[in-house]
Amino acid sequence: MANFPFYFTAAIAILATLLVVTRLNAVHALLYLIVSLIAVAMIFFLLGAPFVAALEVIIYAGAIMVLFVFVIMMLNLGHQSVEQEHVWYSPRAWAGPSVIAVLLLAEFILIIARHGGATTSANEIGPRATGIALFSTYLLGVELSSMLLLAGLVGAYHLGRRHQPYESVKGEP
Amino acid sequence: MVTIPIGHGLIVAGILFILGLVGVLTRRNIVFILLSLEIMLNAAGLAFVVAGSRWQQPDGQIMFFFILTMAAAEVSVGLALVLQLHQRFKTLDADAASNMHG
Repeated sequence: MANFPFYFTAAIAILATLLVVTRLNAVHALLYLIVSLIAVAMIFFLLGAPFVAALEVIIYAGAIMVLFVFVIMMLNLGHQSVEQEHVWYSPRAWAGPSVIAVLLLAEFILIIARHGGATTSANEIGPRATGIALFSTYLLGVELSSMLLLAGLVGAYHLGRRHQPYESVKGEP
Repeated sequence: MVTIPIGHGLIVAGILFILGLVGVLTRRNIVFILLSLEIMLNAAGLAFVVAGSRWQQPDGQIMFFFILTMAAAEVSVGLALVLQLHQRFKTLDADAASNMHG
């Protein structure tokens, strides 16, 4: 049963994702999605890809999910936000995600205690090999992705502006 | 030192992808549709990393890096569209925006 951590993490990822799709409340779904992403990061670690595991936690579970939280909060400004917050952050809402996250943390600590921080995979590809391939073979792809991010920035700025009535825009030269 | 069977990793990626697809097809709240899209992109990235780990090449991880970039750009534009939809129709129902005002 050397592969037990992988199956355990995979079960957690699938369970959390199932809960994301079936939640009715957007914030509850977000909490479960963060747990699911962390579980997938754990799978990456077990597969021997520590660089991608770190990226998954920092960018996916960190940055992208924070964007979602911001937008959900912005959409709710007009209503009775305080009561809404009470409902969203009731103990029942965060108990489920935190129990799953604690399970993942326990597994992670167990693996680190047993293997001393190294990944357990037989075929590990470290950040060094990944970085060398990224900036030699795939240099053009890196440039293109920077342009894609710039286009995303400009597009989000343009679309995110307040909607103005057509008449007021028409009068300008 | 353990090796995870490639089939099992791909099955996990497939299950996650199908869950995301079911979410896109069944939910009509546009925030949930975006969340399910994220799940699907993530599952595709997982499949790439599993395959890259099997053949001990960094290419799988680099594909995941590109998927991550694409997901970040897609989410920023998609959430700006969500804000516009909410301003114009006062709802998050994706069906509210199914008519074009030509």
